[in-house]
Amino acid sequence: MPASHLLSLLIWLPIVGAILVLVFGRQAQTARWLALGFAAATFVLSIPLWTGYDTGGPVMQFVESLPWINALHANYALGADGISVALIVLTTLAHLLVVIGSWGQIKDRVPLFMAALLGMEGVLVGVFAATDALLFYVFFEAMLIPMFIMIGVWGGPRRIYATLKFFIYTFFGSIFMLIALIYLHLKTGEFSLASFASASLSSKEQAWLFFAFVAGFAIKVPMWPVHTWLPDAHVEAPTGGSIILAAIMLKVGGYGFIRFSLPITPDASLEYAWVMIAASLIAIVYIGHVALVQPDLKKLIAYSSVAHMAFVTLGTFIALALVREAGNPAGARLGIQGAMVQMISHGFVSGALFACIGIMYERMHTRLIKDYGGIGHVMPWFGVFWVLFAMANCGLPGTSGFVGEFMVILASFQTKPLIAFIAAYTLIIGAAYSLWLVKRIIYGPVANDHVAAMRPLDAREWIVLAVFALGVLAVGVYPKFLTDLMEPAVQQIVTQLGQAKV
Amino acid sequence: MILSTTVLLLIVLAPLFGAVVAGLLRNVIGRAASAGVTILGVAVSCALSLLVFYQLVWGGAATYNHNIYTWFEVGPVSAHIGFLVDRLTAMMMVVVTFVSLMVHIYTIGYMADDKGFSRFFSHIALFTFSMLMLVMSNNFLQLFVGWELVGLVSYLLIGFWFERPSAVYASLKAFVVNRVGDFGFILGIAGALYWFGSLDYANVFAAAKLPSVAGRTVEIFAGHPWSVATIVCICLFVGAMGKSAQAPLHVWLPDSMEGPTPISALIHAATMVTAGIFMVARMSPLFELSETALSFVLFIGATTALFTGLIGIVQNDIKRVVAYSTLSQLGYMTVALGVSAYAGGVYHLMTHAFFKALLFLGAGSVIIAMHHDQDMRRMGGLAKYMPITCITMWLGSLALVAAPGFAGFFSKDAIIEAVAESHRAFSGYAYFCVMAGVFVTSLYSFRLLYMTFHGKERFVVEQGGHGHHHHHEPGHLDHPPRESPWVVTVPLILLAIPSVVIGWNTVGPALFGGWFGGSIQVLPRNDVLAELAHGFHGPLASVLHGFTQWPFWISLAGFVVATWIWLYQPSIADKAAKALRPLYNMLVNKYWVDDLYRALFVGGGQALGRGLWKGGDAAVIDGAINGSSALVDRTAGVVRWVQSGYLYHYAFAMILGLILLLGGLWWTLAHAVA
Repeated sequence: MPASHLLSLLIWLPIVGAILVLVFGRQAQTARWLALGFAAATFVLSIPLWTGYDTGGPVMQFVESLPWINALHANYALGADGISVALIVLTTLAHLLVVIGSWGQIKDRVPLFMAALLGMEGVLVGVFAATDALLFYVFFEAMLIPMFIMIGVWGGPRRIYATLKFFIYTFFGSIFMLIALIYLHLKTGEFSLASFASASLSSKEQAWLFFAFVAGFAIKVPMWPVHTWLPDAHVEAPTGGSIILAAIMLKVGGYGFIRFSLPITPDASLEYAWVMIAASLIAIVYIGHVALVQPDLKKLIAYSSVAHMAFVTLGTFIALALVREAGNPAGARLGIQGAMVQMISHGFVSGALFACIGIMYERMHTRLIKDYGGIGHVMPWFGVFWVLFAMANCGLPGTSGFVGEFMVILASFQTKPLIAFIAAYTLIIGAAYSLWLVKRIIYGPVANDHVAAMRPLDAREWIVLAVFALGVLAVGVYPKFLTDLMEPAVQQIVTQLGQAKV
Repeated sequence: MILSTTVLLLIVLAPLFGAVVAGLLRNVIGRAASAGVTILGVAVSCALSLLVFYQLVWGGAATYNHNIYTWFEVGPVSAHIGFLVDRLTAMMMVVVTFVSLMVHIYTIGYMADDKGFSRFFSHIALFTFSMLMLVMSNNFLQLFVGWELVGLVSYLLIGFWFERPSAVYASLKAFVVNRVGDFGFILGIAGALYWFGSLDYANVFAAAKLPSVAGRTVEIFAGHPWSVATIVCICLFVGAMGKSAQAPLHVWLPDSMEGPTPISALIHAATMVTAGIFMVARMSPLFELSETALSFVLFIGATTALFTGLIGIVQNDIKRVVAYSTLSQLGYMTVALGVSAYAGGVYHLMTHAFFKALLFLGAGSVIIAMHHDQDMRRMGGLAKYMPITCITMWLGSLALVAAPGFAGFFSKDAIIEAVAESHRAFSGYAYFCVMAGVFVTSLYSFRLLYMTFHGKERFVVEQGGHGHHHHHEPGHLDHPPRESPWVVTVPLILLAIPSVVIGWNTVGPALFGGWFGGSIQVLPRNDVLAELAHGFHGPLASVLHGFTQWPFWISLAGFVVATWIWLYQPSIADKAAKALRPLYNMLVNKYWVDDLYRALFVGGGQALGRGLWKGGDAAVIDGAINGSSALVDRTAGVVRWVQSGYLYHYAFAMILGLILLLGGLWWTLAHAVA
């Protein structure tokens, strides 16, 4: 395979763009166009990653490696399998859409916002591309900074509380992860993920490491019961921040479980899978009910995110029991594929829903559901988009929301029918909170004069929602393009899971 | 002869094309073109469905079973989009596309003044596409896709007039109640994949024939082994209970009458609600494995057949009477499935599709004449104003009450006799329910006809005066009611024809001649229709025999009672309501099931959510990190000082912190390694 610097390009191009936007973007409009240029270029360059990934070739492709910190054997090592490719393309697309969507919404300190956005993009690509644990950790921590700036500068009135809560939660989690990585480094003398995965670890070591990783990733996902930072962060974040947070940042948690926990601590993952499964199932039922009664649009969708991400952790952790106890690697592949498809789908659906809320907020300056009603009469196309995304949110077949949930439910049934029974509750409660919301904001008579005065979608808003809608429908109608891309990586993970370390 | 894939794709895609064009371009192409393109799409679909039907039945074409494309493939688990077209499918295709075409044409008249005209056409065409995907599927995935998509369109159409809170509420209720059914359905699919090893019907049915699979049991609760077939079938049937509105998941269907009448005919009478019946018939090789599941089906169906019909007697909204009648008839179909007379269930589905669509469209015609007033207490004597509507509705009603010779007679009589023949658990209870149901059906059917078309006029015509608008006092019309335009009456006539005659040539082959072939599989020991076949000597003999049987006399009794009360002595109805106050209240309140659900599930679900939110999230979880919350409070003071207007500082502090952290890490590790 020829040497490729594509991943480096995708990391550094937006970061260079961020600097240029800060330097040359004194005029808001210049900053916007510069940011658009860089975001568009990055997205276009990420397409060869997808089209060029050879599903018949080695699992890790586009590999790069340079010595970084010799004393630690840490390398600037990048590579992408189908899972990374899918997440990276989602990242570049989402950022492009956020640049377009924030065009008129952000009026204050535009260069800084655009720079934070582009910086975020580079860092997130780095997270998904790093094959060296230390490099991963640097990117993992670095992504907090632009998110902080976004919430802190353009956030709502309680932004200080939200950012601190966010900070304490995530910092608390990642410090344990750092300790785990240091321990693994001491054990292996390296930082490469491959060497971590092949390290032989006793069950006691694995248990400690497992929970250290859980601390880091469960908070990012976020899993019940460490989810309470998310609704607060979303409520305070500006629209663009919310979209990135929901569509991409949460995925880092799910990605971490698949990339770190499963290969490095397979035996502990098996032993404590029940904890993760139980937490996921509780999230589906508990959070579903909590979402139902939220008076605030953003909180409702934030809680809905927690419930949907629970399918990611559920699909991931049933895989172990399926491989080891049921001798059913096919079911395990279905579970992990389901988890991954759910992540991509949730990227589109939650991104779209937060974009919709942003469009409403910009016109009404309120997030309270009770202030809305009958928007369908004044913004008919917006109503169509809302109904589509709400349907995707409750897993309607033909939309992306169905695919992952369907796969995870099928795989859960093969683990234990009871797990599928509880997970399938999402069909009812998801429909209840998603469509009750539609009923209250889109349908019914026009609620008040402010709603009556809402202006229809402009071209930029239309483009953003239409692209999200296309993503939702593409994955829903033909998920094979996604599952084929990820199949070699998933197969490799499942093979690794079959081999006990102790 | 082989069925052409192109033709099958056209059948499915023509309505979808119409739906997409009318949906996305409605403001560009205008109303007439929106209606035109969808009607053309459905007409193409209907014509080609008839062709496929012809090829299968008379052209000797073999059953078609091929995949169109792969949806996903993960290891050995693969999911496809594909078609299975056999006689069962072909019959459903013809029924769906024909009724859909009639409804499309009718809609031109019914929705003429509606600003959502084009949107409506796009939705009903989309429905036709979804329903065809459902019936033509060769696998569980696509079945579920179609199943949910028809649910989506139903949701959109019930809430079509979305400025009305009651319509929006009804649409939400329909979707969520259906989701309760789908909850079971998806578990049934998961079980089929797990235990029978595939999502494709053919593989699942083949696996179900293996004794090692069919006889397999699992313990869901320790100590109670269940056959896997029972679990899968009951789960699948829970799905059918949602879609086909069987008790206790029937509550959404009466409320669905909030939607425009054409869709009540198409979706909530003729096609979508029969999807559950079709599905169980399609799954007959699985259901035959489980006596338990079939008994459950029988019990649910019988209960629905009688008890929902009773509610129909006390309704005053003309559409709601027909809606409760639909629930009751769906119960009859389910009863047929429950006694393994799948062909009987599907056959009643077919005849019912014609006469019930007719009754709904007839009701709609009356509603147009009454300026969208649906209350029968303000009707009466309409026969002389709208003779075509009146006659066709009489024909439809005669089919519904199974008057010998009419379409419904052949199908319903077979169901009743099949129940009598069956020895399954609950067959005695079911026999009572379907017999009593005959009386009830007759009572509400003739009550509807009398209250609407006969007796004295209970509306007032105010000639002249104010201009034409719809905000009248109830019961006041500004001109006499008049017959609906031809786009309305022609579909009524075209539906009345099969309602009267379709039984004569079809009953023999469909029920007793093995017409469905391998589509429906019944174990010999369960085959009640085969028993009945011995007594079948042609349709004419059946009709003559019918006059000597209990159902006919019971039905006649219902007719006599209805005529006496609602044509001659309307005061009796009020007296009876007073005398039987508790009974009357129970029926008017629909056995309080809706109230119970509202308190238990709507109220309970929200109370639970509030408790978990305030108690779980706020008090316990955020309380548990109270140390850090307190820390937040304390540091907030510091931060307020630090940030002093500029959050840049904050970010720089973070970057600095990160650098320090990494530096420290490097230092530590360098020393540790050294």
